Amino acid sequence: MLEIKNVTKIFNAATINEKVALNGVSLTLQDGDFVTVIGGNGAGKSTLLNAVAGTYPVDGGNIVIDGVDVTKMPEHKRAKYVGRVFQDPMTGTAADMWIEENLSLAKYRGKRRGLGWSIKASDRAEFKELLKTLDLGLENRLSTKMGLLSGGQRQTVTLLMATMQKPQLLLLDEHTAALDPKTADKVLTLTKDIVEKNKLTTLMITHNMKDALRLGNRIIMMHEGRIIFEASGEEKQKLTVNDLLEKFSQVSKGTFANDRMLLS
Amino acid sequence: MLYLASLPPAIAQGIIWGIMAIGVYITYRILDVADLTVDGSICTGMAVCTVLIVKFDMPVWVGLAAAVVAGMLAGLVTGIFHTFFGIPAILSGILTQLILWSVNLKIMGGTSNVGYPFGVEYFISTESLSKTFLYFAIILALLIGLFYWFFGTTLGASVRATGCNINMSRAQGINTDFIKVLGLVISNSVVAFSGALLSLFLGFSDANAGKGAIVIGLAAVIIGEALFSRITRNNFALKLLSVVLGGVIYYMVYQTIIYLGLDTNYLKMLSALLVALFLAVPYWKKKYFKKAAKKEKEVAENA
Ligand SMILES: Nc1ncnc2c1ncn2[C@@H]1O[C@H](COP(=O)(O)OP(=O)(O)OP(=O)(O)O)[C@@H](O)[C@H]1O
Ligand SMILES: [Mg+2]
Repeated sequence: MLEIKNVTKIFNAATINEKVALNGVSLTLQDGDFVTVIGGNGAGKSTLLNAVAGTYPVDGGNIVIDGVDVTKMPEHKRAKYVGRVFQDPMTGTAADMWIEENLSLAKYRGKRRGLGWSIKASDRAEFKELLKTLDLGLENRLSTKMGLLSGGQRQTVTLLMATMQKPQLLLLDEHTAALDPKTADKVLTLTKDIVEKNKLTTLMITHNMKDALRLGNRIIMMHEGRIIFEASGEEKQKLTVNDLLEKFSQVSKGTFANDRMLLS
Repeated sequence: MLYLASLPPAIAQGIIWGIMAIGVYITYRILDVADLTVDGSICTGMAVCTVLIVKFDMPVWVGLAAAVVAGMLAGLVTGIFHTFFGIPAILSGILTQLILWSVNLKIMGGTSNVGYPFGVEYFISTESLSKTFLYFAIILALLIGLFYWFFGTTLGASVRATGCNINMSRAQGINTDFIKVLGLVISNSVVAFSGALLSLFLGFSDANAGKGAIVIGLAAVIIGEALFSRITRNNFALKLLSVVLGGVIYYMVYQTIIYLGLDTNYLKMLSALLVALFLAVPYWKKKYFKKAAKKEKEVAENA
């Protein structure tokens, strides 16, 4: 489903601020794989997801989604394959537009946008049904501005938007990190439900090691732009937080204790 | 009495500036781009319309249509500067404005002023105001109806989304560069159209008539929103209408100042200061009055 082949990304190349954010990363996801991604600050996790989504061009390697080489494809065209939820609840939706308008934007992801009404009566019925599944009462607030919702509500709707049209690939970048623990848990449970129900191929970054172990069938750990550890299936199920901490301290020589991964 | 008599023509001209302000609203409010092309494209609209009618004997509708097309081209140039050349929007607009200065003079045959023949009356004129107002009503209904429809379509919604959250729009598969160009094209077509109307109404085209047009447009948008936002709420058609009314009010205040005999040399300065003040208000509100809003913003920026 997704093949990342030897991808390199260098920020500010040939300046004193040069930063190799991805150093020859290779990763293959099978259809339906749910991979959690962990690693310290600046390890390159977000860069990896952004490279897959096409936020910026990569400096080397190839990215293939569903057999299509998308390495040179601009971000808006790649959106056809990719559903995304970001860390900041403000970034995933248009705050000044209504809930139903945001959903309609997502309904047309990867499709031609023309001169037909953006929201028809049948869409409204469909949106209501979808929102009902969230159990937040939003089905009665279709014409509420997105900006008036709480962070948790916005993330939930963003998740719905990313998945209402089944994406080939779902990319989640710490999408619960800005939420309070209770809300984070709700959103995470919903994520799990949606991913399982639709058998979505998913990459999820998290700083919470328990979540990283609890969710998904594979886990990868990144450090300094490389994947330094991965496990899947039963091997993953047997892993404990302590195993991960140990793996990490092997490569980072103790600096790990200061890392915020530990906090969670 | 003299003042009262000067009101109807002032309202008529205010409506024309209000129509231009609809164009400004599309870029400034919907697309979130400050487009300075306006100062040039309004004159392009004037020049194209006047020259086609006067020198090429074309019917009025051809002059109006050609002005719209010319405005589209002006917007296209700014759009290409901005998206393809990667030049910041404001600078792109300034560059096009400068290009248009030369183009407009060329269109007008090297002079900075071209008049319509005396005694010929077009469908709008200062001579028959009631007829003029009727036509304005029709034009406004069509224009507002057109945009009410357009911004309700999937394409129109993606213009609004791009102005509201550009990263999200790309993530939803919107070609935001194309959308920005489209928005600039539409906006400047409206502006040039208003220029064509202005030339017909005044009876001439002037290469200097566009100076500060963007400020008038912004003032109209701001006045319209400040006075009518309670009434317009979320109704897009009413919002556009309030912008037109903002233009009318602006122009009437302008006329009043002239009537009172104040030095008109200061008018542009006053308008600019007024707009600066109005633009500052929401910023100050955020910065000094709503601690919560400020904190929220900082959290978002530091994330
Ligand atoms: N747009 C950019 N310009 C320059 N440097 C960047 C840019 N984006 C990321 N970097 C750098 O690349 C490295 C990897 O960043 P990335 O955001 O991928 O880390 P991360 O693993 O997501 O970390 P975190 O857990 O803090 O989110 C960091 O050193 C970062 O400073
Ligand atoms: Mg990150």
